[in-house]
Amino acid sequence: MGSHILLIEDEPNITEALRYILQREGYRVDTHSDGASALETIRERRPDMVILDVMLPHRSGYDILRDLRAEPTHADLPVMILTARGQDKDRDLATRYGASRFMTKPFSNAEVLATVRELLAR
Amino acid sequence: MAGEIDARSRYRKPALKMTPEEPDPRQPARSRSVGSAPLPDAALTGSRIRQRRLDLGLRQRQLAREVGISPSYLNLIEHNRRPIGGRLLLAIARRLDTTPEMLSRGAGEALVAILAEAAGAHPQSGADPASAGQLVARFPGWAELLALQQRRLRVLAQTVQALGDRLTHDPKLAAALHEILSVVTAIRSTAGILTGGRAPEPEWQARFLRNLREDSQRLAESAQALVAYFETGPAPGSEGPALPHEALEAWLDRRGWHLPELEGAGGATPEEVLHGAPELNASPSLRSLALQWLRGYRDDARRLPLGRLRAAADACAGDPVAIAARIGCDLALVLRRLASRPSRPGQAGVGLLCCDSAGMLTFRRPVEGFDLPRFGAGCPLWPLFQALSRPMAPVHALLEPAGARPLRFMAVAIAQPVPVGRLGEPQVFHAVMLLLPEDGQADGRALPGAWGEVLPVGPGCRACPRQRCPARREPSILPGAD
Repeated sequence: MGSHILLIEDEPNITEALRYILQREGYRVDTHSDGASALETIRERRPDMVILDVMLPHRSGYDILRDLRAEPTHADLPVMILTARGQDKDRDLATRYGASRFMTKPFSNAEVLATVRELLAR
Repeated sequence: MAGEIDARSRYRKPALKMTPEEPDPRQPARSRSVGSAPLPDAALTGSRIRQRRLDLGLRQRQLAREVGISPSYLNLIEHNRRPIGGRLLLAIARRLDTTPEMLSRGAGEALVAILAEAAGAHPQSGADPASAGQLVARFPGWAELLALQQRRLRVLAQTVQALGDRLTHDPKLAAALHEILSVVTAIRSTAGILTGGRAPEPEWQARFLRNLREDSQRLAESAQALVAYFETGPAPGSEGPALPHEALEAWLDRRGWHLPELEGAGGATPEEVLHGAPELNASPSLRSLALQWLRGYRDDARRLPLGRLRAAADACAGDPVAIAARIGCDLALVLRRLASRPSRPGQAGVGLLCCDSAGMLTFRRPVEGFDLPRFGAGCPLWPLFQALSRPMAPVHALLEPAGARPLRFMAVAIAQPVPVGRLGEPQVFHAVMLLLPEDGQADGRALPGAWGEVLPVGPGCRACPRQRCPARREPSILPGAD
């Protein structure tokens, strides 16, 4: 049984492409597209890893990440942040809030797969 | 006399000046000179006592007697030369109808902190942060004013920073770019699946192809919207009322920069034109600017009628210097008239800039591809400004403005003396520069003559991306390299 990844992203075609390449590698993929209920979904589904977009409807990915890290059970959950803004200050913010990795759009499938593999191997 | 000392103290610290003799308490405290030895903020209780006492109109001698100390001792306390606390402070506070805390700490601690910050930020002013408390105690109104300005400066600094970071400042731009990056991400990822080593199953393949088609359509629309946004800028009205020169430019632009009613004999007067254009009557400053411009237009049209200009332009292949020589008039007039000819459909417009000897732009007819600063000075490399250092000599150059599109402009400029009214009046110069797009100039031909090397120019330092420039006078707000 492959590891369980929760993909939180509101752009349906990105979700579809990422889900496809991850499933093809043998991962079990759940998707979610809303910011407000994202935290609850993470708690319920208990994934091995979260891929989290920053610009989500109703709630920013940074806020979700911060609240997630405040919960002791999720202190070490691998979280990969996806963002369209690659400036240093965005990277700093992501790091401060406890992102495991930071990926700037547009990324390549190979980059995503390599990062997922690395984070799940930890 | 005290006032003189206060005025001078702006430039240097006043000498230590004690006033053991009791001044008239009815005199307002702020106009008085008080001894000022630098003291730590905590030791300003005396200044506050003095301030409070003066506010109440109480004489030093009387307060001293009532709290049981000598007037000279109270004077030393009030000048922060003796520490005070305990029962004496309590007694003084009671007599002054306040609390010991107000006297020992003061209401202005926040004020002191912000003034100290202001002084620290500008050490060259010579203001000693340690004496901020004395300022608060003695001149509360002025201290409050300084603090207000310091707070305002902080806000403005933040605004400037935000403006520098346009993605943060401009939510529309940020949203447009985010949309494009999202679609590009989806396309890249989908294309990676379709072109990768392992081809997906047919039904997946069909699905991804459909996604690609959708996304490429969306991308085209988003890119067009973004280009449209940059072409037009933010929605009109979102930046408040236009400046008078902007309003005049907008009106002239709608008129095609050509006013047939002011050409030839028997037309309208400038006053009639102004009267007939409600847009030019929005404010007194706009009205006076427009009238001045309309009168100039009428005078130019009289001195160089359109028919003569046309004939000479045809004979001289559009060369403004040759036109001026042929007609026997001054070059500035030719440049202005060339910029007010009726435009023919399909032709690129021309640009015209005028400035005074201080470099202030006094008139601007913008031309597409040549960015002008909305406020402030332009680019010192423009022939317009070069001409000011060589009055009466035509200056020309082939300009390449900084920008995404590699457009070039033939620029011809001259600075000429403005006729003075009488002997002894100062002579001033005005400069004019005509801008002709290299590949679409008014009569469809390139100007003859040697144009030499291309001169890279900018729209003015603040918005210019050319970092390494000998004429740079201030840093650019644009990020990025040369």
